[in-house]
Amino acid sequence: MTHDARTGTLSHLDWLESEAIHIMREVAGQCANPVLLFSGGKDSICLLRLAEKAFRPGRFPFPLMHIDTGHNYGEVTAFRDQRAAELGERLIVRSVEDSMRRGTVVLKAPGESRNKHQSVTLLEAIEEFGFDCCIGGARRDEEKARAKERVMSFRDEFGQWDPKNQRPELWNLFNARTFKGENIRAFPISNWTELDVWQYIAREGLALPSIYFAHTRPVVRRGGALVPVTPLTPPRADDVVEEIMVRFRTVGDITCTAPVESDADTVAKIVAETAGTTVTERGATRLDDQTSEASMEQRKKEGYF
Amino acid sequence: MTSHAPTEDRGLLRFTTCGSVDDGKSTLIGRLLFDTRSILVDTLRAIERTSAKRGLGAVDLSLLTDGLQAEREQGITIDVAYRYFSTGTRKYIIADAPGHEQYTRNMVTAASTASLAIILIDARKGVLTQTRRHSHIARLMGIAHVVVAVNKMDLVGFDRAVFERIAGEYAAFAAPLGLRDVTFIPMSALEGDMVVDRGTSMPWYEGPTLLEVLEAAPAEHAERSARLRFPVQYVCRVHDEGLGGEGAARDDGRAGAGFRGFMGRVESGAVSPGDAVVVLPSGRETRVRDVQINGVSLARAEPEQSVTLLLDDEIDISRGDMIVRRGDGAEGRKQIEAMVCWLAEAPLDRARKYLVRHTTRETKAAVASIAYRIDINTSAEVPATELRVNDIARVTFKLAQPVFCDPYEENRATGAFIVIDESTNNTVGAGMIL
Repeated sequence: MTHDARTGTLSHLDWLESEAIHIMREVAGQCANPVLLFSGGKDSICLLRLAEKAFRPGRFPFPLMHIDTGHNYGEVTAFRDQRAAELGERLIVRSVEDSMRRGTVVLKAPGESRNKHQSVTLLEAIEEFGFDCCIGGARRDEEKARAKERVMSFRDEFGQWDPKNQRPELWNLFNARTFKGENIRAFPISNWTELDVWQYIAREGLALPSIYFAHTRPVVRRGGALVPVTPLTPPRADDVVEEIMVRFRTVGDITCTAPVESDADTVAKIVAETAGTTVTERGATRLDDQTSEASMEQRKKEGYF
Repeated sequence: MTSHAPTEDRGLLRFTTCGSVDDGKSTLIGRLLFDTRSILVDTLRAIERTSAKRGLGAVDLSLLTDGLQAEREQGITIDVAYRYFSTGTRKYIIADAPGHEQYTRNMVTAASTASLAIILIDARKGVLTQTRRHSHIARLMGIAHVVVAVNKMDLVGFDRAVFERIAGEYAAFAAPLGLRDVTFIPMSALEGDMVVDRGTSMPWYEGPTLLEVLEAAPAEHAERSARLRFPVQYVCRVHDEGLGGEGAARDDGRAGAGFRGFMGRVESGAVSPGDAVVVLPSGRETRVRDVQINGVSLARAEPEQSVTLLLDDEIDISRGDMIVRRGDGAEGRKQIEAMVCWLAEAPLDRARKYLVRHTTRETKAAVASIAYRIDINTSAEVPATELRVNDIARVTFKLAQPVFCDPYEENRATGAFIVIDESTNNTVGAGMIL
């Protein structure tokens, strides 16, 4: 705990942590069957630490779940499994590839990003387990369609987010009530920025998948972004493959997550780099959000996180 | 985001901005973000492109707060948006409420978490009806600090007399409202004067810039009552070995007793091991044995801190109960009189039962009486028998179970409640206990 010695004021990280714990406990107190979405990414890694602070020495009052696109970096899924095992909590994995086999996800092109298809698999999993609330690591600073997102965001029985039909959210009195089939998406770190996340990771000494740290990787430059060379994203004939020092700021579907040039190989260096950064996290690294100005808003309406 | 390392952490301040697009509210927010270097290159490029497309000569900072596609299509702002910036010493959360008259509920929502409000006045227009509305809502919502930003000074030649006339007008009408702390700042959000930088156009103004006021404003809890209020959110019981980590159970030395922790947030006051406490509603007395987070004991839990309390005696406690200091109890009330803002399109139905959520407690409620409605534009009390969307009225509710409350004036956390319609599960009202 770090307090302002004169006033007893919580530091901004302590305040954000306390708010997030409060939100998680409200989910536990109000919802019958919640789940925490854990991908192995940095935001959901913070959620797990917050859940420890909220519920230990008890068990988490929810299982963990990952919607696996089948396009994840091996380091990240290995980390995911290891972290769940360390915590002794149940991890559910549901796969977009299963939805493809069922025919509920139909790809337009074989190698396309499966990011948006996660919505289908997520909704199928919600129905399979009867989850009434999904806790996720989304933040309002990520993208402008998120700036108006509620902490407890209501989704109808089709998983749809209707920006015109959200519940007013006042004080810290959260309303997570649902009827059968409806769902709440709860965002405990709504009020955190990317810098807050990195500062929290540094303060708490949280372990991360190795690809968050600077490493040498073959990449090609396309439209101002770096595209990693992988079996899923092979270089085109006219691409020039370079081996450079990069790190990932977000980890998701390989086909739409780009690294940034960086030599920050420790959390402290990443904090320093983030504090001085000049490109928003999604702008630099999410190829799918650039497609259309309103693409996040569109995906959320379709049930995306 | 700033490029300098924080030297001192002044915590976090939440504030709201009241005004319409015409007052330059979006430009002001854009200016705050821009001058604190919180706008990133790709975002800036996007608004540069849009500004050029619209044939504007300079970058329109107001585009930074441009909202959802649904709103752009309709040309309106339908919801409170949250924005963030940091100065390195303090983190800020802006609740940006649309200024439209029919959106009283949005301003009430934005104000509910704010400890400071910026009320914008267009220097060419002076105090308007909306200024009165914004000020009244700020007062009603318990916002302790108001900054009256007399904006667009560049359009009145940075004339000191204009600023002083508006400040005088505002002070005269605001005095009866009882706003405690009002700061007047002349500014030009467009040119950046007196927002973050002083600029050179108003040497006659010697008061603080907007950012200086924000940096100096007291933290929210500092102005709450100092009485301990700990609503229980969740009860943690561990009968087995518990789980790994420092928090593993069996620390109480009582064979077979297991671990029973009462989880919640210190809404006001502070709590330390050894404190004599009372559990409401049972009235049972005991002492705090330990204050923990994740199994680590703390010497003291501060206001707004989420912790787990362990008590000396085994008392039956569940979610919705409240732990207070002995001799400093909250009043249990089965009838509450409150100022209520109606948030739903469907009017209040006096024949129906609603659900009231107060802290972590829920109870059935029915309207006993409506005393009057407030005309938010004139502050007049007008007779009322019903409550429609955006109305604010003084209402008495009868409750099935008591709530343990303080007047909202003294304690926002234990003085506030929401009204839920059980047939839709929607939040339909917001109440402030008198």
